Amino acid sequence: MDSGKIDEIIDRHRGKSGDLIHVLMEIQHKNHWLPRDVLHQVAAALEIPFSRVLRVATLYKTFSLTPRGRHEVHVCTGISCHLRGAKQLLESVERATGIRPGETDTAARFSLETGSCLGSCSLGPEIIVDGKHHARMTPEKVEDVLKEYQ
Amino acid sequence: MSEIVMQIDGKEVKASDGMTVLQAARVAGIHIPTVCHHDKLEPFGGCRMCMVEVEVRGRKSYVVSCLYPVAPDLVVHTRSERVDKIRRVILEELLAHAPNSPELVALAAEYGADRDRFDKDPSFCILCGLCVRYCAEVKQKNAVDFIERGAQRAISFIPEIAAKECWDCQECFAICPTSYAQAAYFLTEALAFPGRRKSAMHGA
Ligand code: SF4
Ligand code: FES
Repeated sequence: MDSGKIDEIIDRHRGKSGDLIHVLMEIQHKNHWLPRDVLHQVAAALEIPFSRVLRVATLYKTFSLTPRGRHEVHVCTGISCHLRGAKQLLESVERATGIRPGETDTAARFSLETGSCLGSCSLGPEIIVDGKHHARMTPEKVEDVLKEYQ
Repeated sequence: MSEIVMQIDGKEVKASDGMTVLQAARVAGIHIPTVCHHDKLEPFGGCRMCMVEVEVRGRKSYVVSCLYPVAPDLVVHTRSERVDKIRRVILEELLAHAPNSPELVALAAEYGADRDRFDKDPSFCILCGLCVRYCAEVKQKNAVDFIERGAQRAISFIPEIAAKECWDCQECFAICPTSYAQAAYFLTEALAFPGRRKSAMHGA
């Protein structure tokens, strides 16, 4: 992502120390991760110590301080999905993407996470890609679903 | 500032509005053990060692005295079987992280805490926040802060800031109950600006 967009986000919150979480969320959303030099820019613009920015950025799971893929894949491992075969589903996603939960592939195409529960028990087992729910998944359907996300 | 009359360990104690129970006790010469409290710093309430029993209208509860505000007719007990037990368990948990901290070892002797009760998890830091708060509030340098969450929570010297600020200060070493602040700093020094100590020593 170009730094112009990040600058624009930071500019909108300049001088407002209370906006820290908002700024970080916007940047995370657009850029998928928070580079350290960007965190320095945030600290300077919001006039707060860099250490506090780092504290908040490492506290919440939403924020990533390492590069993430273009697409976020979440596999639900909650109890309902588990009973309907989430384990096999996860294994199939791991095979298709070549990564394990918490990882990002070298081409930065996918980042994989698990979550329990992702809140759609009646649709399980499910995976969520970039916020879109794919319901009643089977290990066989994984390849087809992920093909859409390049 | 209106005057408040309350009772601590059976003794009538005068305090003023806005004080904490800990402050009132100290003024009256009554000792309450603390770990994360520091007179120069804002109350933090992190260690729970200063827990006391308070009675309000006959109802007992357990509160951290370094945060709890004084109130008229409050009845406080700084030692009781229950209070001692709470402190003992807290100490046993802290000692799993920092088994040789002199401060904790002394308190453990007083409260009969067994430092081997829990499996050791020698993180050394007990997250009292003294270093973090001292750096932020007194020195206003913010060179050290908490990072991560839950079981991973730790203090960390921020190399970019530490490289500039810590060399001439290092005051947090002496207030850390476990010496971990010092250890963490030297690790940061080794990673972020190695060699500086050596050249300072040898004038090279
Ligand atoms: S390093 Fe020491 S002073 Fe700092 S939080 Fe840990 S135990 Fe407390
Ligand atoms: S001294 Fe009160 S909680 Fe630590």
